[in-house]
Amino acid sequence: MTRTVPPSSEPEAQTSTGPKDVAPAVALHTGTSDVRALLTSNLRQSGIYVAFVVIIGLFAVLTGGTSLSPGNVTNIVLQYSYILILAIGMVIVIIAGHIDLSVGSVVALTGATSAVLVIQQGMPWWVGVLAALAVGLAIGAWQGFWVAYVGIPAFIVTLAGMLLFRGLTLQVLDNISLSPFPQGYSRIASGFLNGLLGGNGYDAFTLLIGAIAVAGYAVSQYRSRIARIRYEQPVESFPLFVLKIVLVGAVVMAFAWQLATARGLPIVLIILAVLIIAYSVITTRTVFGRQVYAIGGNLAAATLSGVKVRAVNFWIFVNMGFLAAVAGVVFSSRSNGAQPSAGNMFELDAIAAAFIGGAAVTGGVGTVVGAMVGGLIMAVMSNGMQLMGVDQSIQSVVKGLVLLLAVAFDVYNKRRAGASR
Amino acid sequence: MDDHILEMRGITKTFPGVKALENVNLAVRRGEIHAICGENGAGKSTLMKVLSGVYPAGSYDGEIVYDGQPVRFNGIRDSEHVGIVIIHQELALVPYLSIAENMFLGNERRGRGGLIDWNKANAEAARLLAEVGLDENPVTPVGQLGVGKQQLVEIAKALSKDVRLLILDEPTAALNDNDSAHLLDLMRRLRERGITSIMISHKLGEITAVSDNVTVIRDGKTVETLSLHAGEVTQERIIRGMVGRDLESYYPERESHPGEEVLRVEDWTVWHPTQERKIVDGANLTVRAGEVVGIAGLMGAGRTELAMSVFGRAYGRNITGRMFVHGKEVRPKNVAEAIDAGIAYATEDRKHYGLNLIEDIRRNVSAAALDKLASRGFVNGNEEIKVAEGYRKSMNVRAPSVASVVGKLSGGNQQKVVLSKWLYTDPEVLILDEPTRGIDVGAKYEIYTIINRLVASGKAVLVISSELPELLGICDRIYTLSAGRITGEVPVGQATQENLMELMTKEKELAA
Repeated sequence: MTRTVPPSSEPEAQTSTGPKDVAPAVALHTGTSDVRALLTSNLRQSGIYVAFVVIIGLFAVLTGGTSLSPGNVTNIVLQYSYILILAIGMVIVIIAGHIDLSVGSVVALTGATSAVLVIQQGMPWWVGVLAALAVGLAIGAWQGFWVAYVGIPAFIVTLAGMLLFRGLTLQVLDNISLSPFPQGYSRIASGFLNGLLGGNGYDAFTLLIGAIAVAGYAVSQYRSRIARIRYEQPVESFPLFVLKIVLVGAVVMAFAWQLATARGLPIVLIILAVLIIAYSVITTRTVFGRQVYAIGGNLAAATLSGVKVRAVNFWIFVNMGFLAAVAGVVFSSRSNGAQPSAGNMFELDAIAAAFIGGAAVTGGVGTVVGAMVGGLIMAVMSNGMQLMGVDQSIQSVVKGLVLLLAVAFDVYNKRRAGASR
Repeated sequence: MDDHILEMRGITKTFPGVKALENVNLAVRRGEIHAICGENGAGKSTLMKVLSGVYPAGSYDGEIVYDGQPVRFNGIRDSEHVGIVIIHQELALVPYLSIAENMFLGNERRGRGGLIDWNKANAEAARLLAEVGLDENPVTPVGQLGVGKQQLVEIAKALSKDVRLLILDEPTAALNDNDSAHLLDLMRRLRERGITSIMISHKLGEITAVSDNVTVIRDGKTVETLSLHAGEVTQERIIRGMVGRDLESYYPERESHPGEEVLRVEDWTVWHPTQERKIVDGANLTVRAGEVVGIAGLMGAGRTELAMSVFGRAYGRNITGRMFVHGKEVRPKNVAEAIDAGIAYATEDRKHYGLNLIEDIRRNVSAAALDKLASRGFVNGNEEIKVAEGYRKSMNVRAPSVASVVGKLSGGNQQKVVLSKWLYTDPEVLILDEPTRGIDVGAKYEIYTIINRLVASGKAVLVISSELPELLGICDRIYTLSAGRITGEVPVGQATQENLMELMTKEKELAA
C-alpha cells in the first residue's frame, strides 16, 4: 500500500513517524510499517474492535454457532436497543466530564407517562410517544439547570433524579403495572418491516435497505476522499479504499441477510441506526460536539477560549433526557406495558458501555461508535451466556470483570503514553 | 567570630535541564531577621526548600550547618524536629478545621489512651494566639479568618513546634497595609524572644524596616550579603544587586512605528472574587497599533488579574471602569464577547488555562474561533486542517503533523500553539501573559520574532512579564504595577531595570 505524501510534509516529520530501524522513505511507502504504526498508535481505539470480534468468535464457538443464527442476531438487536440508545446520550455526558445516574428512572417515568395516556386514557399511540418525549426533555432541562446554572455536581443532581423520577413513576402508575399497549405502539420495538417486496425464504426489502446503506456509505466515503484530496490531505491508496468499502459492505450485507432470513428489518434498528449516524455527526463534526470535548478535556481552557460552558452543559443534559425518553418508549413498547420497576439499573449498563467503548473517566475522550461497540460487547456476552445457560450470578461476575479490565487497559495505555513524554 | 545559627555552603541544585541554584552561600546569625531578595525565579524558594528538607539531602550538592552541626534533612519532619519551620506563600491551613485543630495537625496533643486531649489543645492554642496577638477563639474554623489572621495562625502553629528558625516566604504578599504592619511588628517581638527569622520578600520597604541583614540572590547565585545596620544600604543599593546582570542581546531588532490607539482602559478596578480587597485599583492604560507595551510588576501585583478582568471579566467581581477598542466603548460580559471585541489573552499557565492537552494541534488551534470554520453549526474539518497546518509552518511548531497531541510537545512548541490559537481569532489587541515562561532561549527568540511580526502587521500587543530584561528588550513602553495600582509609565528609552524595580516596589504611602 502506498500513501500519497502531501507536498507539505517536511523531512523531520517523516523521520519522527517512521520506525527507527527503517529508512524514512521506506517507512512512508511500505504497507507493513504503516499498518503497524496505525495499529500501535490507535491501539486504544482498535483494541475495542479487536476485542469485539474475538468475543463474537468466542461465543459463536461456545454456543456451536447458535449465537450467530438469524433468529438470535435479531434478538440481540431487539433486546439491547434501548441500552444502546441510552449509551449514545451517556457517552456525550461522560465526554463532558459528567455522569448521569438517573436514566433508568427516566426510562421508567417516560414509559409510564405514555402507558397512562395510551392504555388508561385510550389516546392514539403517537400521543403517548410525544408525551414521553416531552417529559424526557423537561427532565433534561431540570437536571441541566441544576448542573449548568447552579453548579451542583452531576453525580448529585442525577442521584437525586434517580430517586425523584422513580418515585414519580410509582405515583403516575399508582404502584401497579399497565399493559398491554395497542398494536400501533407495540410495533415500535417488536415490529418488522418485511414482505414489502416479497422474496422466497428471505425478505427482499431488508436486503434492499442493506444495499442502500452500503451504497450510502460508499458515496459518503468517496466524497470525503475527494474533499481530502482537494485539501491535499493524505488518503489511503485507491485499492485499499475499495477494499475497505468492500469489507464493510460484506459485513453489512451478511448482517442484513441474517435479518432477512429471520423476521425482516426490525423497526427499532432503523431508529437506532438513524440515532447513531446523527449523533456521530454531531459529536465529530459540529461546533457543539467540539465544545463538549473541549469542556471535558480542559474546562478552564475551554472557558478562556470563549466556550459558553453553561449553555453547552445544559443542552448535554436536555439531550440525555430526550434519548432516555426514546429509550423509555422503546422499552415500554418492547415489554408491552409499564412497570414501576422498569429500567432498573439501566444507567449502569449505559455507563459501562461508554467506558468499555473507550470513554475516559476524566472526560474529554470517547466516541459514539465506541460506546455502541462497548454496548454490543456486553450484549453479545450476556446473550451468549444466556444461550449457554450460564447462571445469572456468573453473568454478573463476568460483566463486572470485563468493565474493570476495559478501564484498566485504558488507564494502562494512558500511563504508558504519559511515560513516553 | 559571629554566632551563626545557620550556614549553607556551596549549595547547588539542578533540575533536568536547569541549574536552579549554583554555589549559593547563606549565613544567618542567631537572633536576627535575615531577608532574602531577588527577582522572580532567582532561586529563593528553591533555596528554602533545600533548607527545610523538601528537597532531601543528596538531591543537591553543598553543606548545611545548623547550630554548629552539619545536618542532613530527608524531609520536612527532620527540619521541624530541630526547630526549623517554613511558612509558605500559599498558606497550608485546612479551612474547615478550627484554629486549634490546624495548629496541632500532625503534632496532636495526646492525652490518656492516645486520644487527643482537646481541652489541653485549646488552652495551649489560646495561649499561643495571645502570643502572636490574635484575638480569636481557638475553635473558630480557619476559613472564617482573613488572610492576615491566617498568617498569624501559621506563626502560632510554628511557635507550637518550638520554632528556633522561622522561614517566611513572601509573608505580606497577600496582606493589606494594616495586617502587614502588624506582622512586621510580630517579627520584631519574636526577635526579642530570640527566634531567628528568614524573610523572603519583594517589598524592599519592609526589608529595610525590619531586617538586620539582607542576602541578594540573582540567577541562582548569591550576589552579596548586606548589613542594614551600617546605615548606608538604601533600597536603590539592593535593587542594583537584584538586577545587576548584563542585558543579553537575544532580542530581535524591530523598528517602532506606533499608530493609532487600539485599546484604552480607564479607571479599571477589580475586587478579589471572595475576599474584601481590591486587586486592581483604578488602572489606566493604552496600547497603540504597532506597539508592544509591557506591564512590569512583582508577583501578587495584580498583573494577570488586570489582564483577565479585561478579557471578558474572566477574573474578579465588582469590576468598574471603561474600556475602548479603536475608540469605541466595549463592555464584554464574557470571554466570547471579548473575543468578538477583538481582544485575545494568552495565559501565563498554558497547561491549565491555555490548552486541551489531550487533544491535537488542529483542535487546539481552532478552539477559540471554531465559528470561523463552521457553517450552520458544522465544522469543515479539511479547512481546519489547512488552517492549523498553515500555523504549524508559519510558527515553526516542531511536530510531525497537526494531528500530534499537544500534551507531548515541548513548552516552546506548546506556546506557539497557544499563540496560533489566538492569532486565528484575528484580534486587534493581543495580551500575552508571561509568553516565554518555562521555555528555552532558542524558543524565546522565536516567540519574540513572532511578536515583532505581529506588531509589524499593525496589531497591538500587551506583554506581562516578570523578566525585566525581556520587557526592556521587546517593548516600546512599560507600565509598572504595584499592589494593583499603576505606579509608572516609562518609554523604553528611559527605562532601566533599576528605575522599573523602584516603581514596581513603590508602596502606597505606608499607613502610619
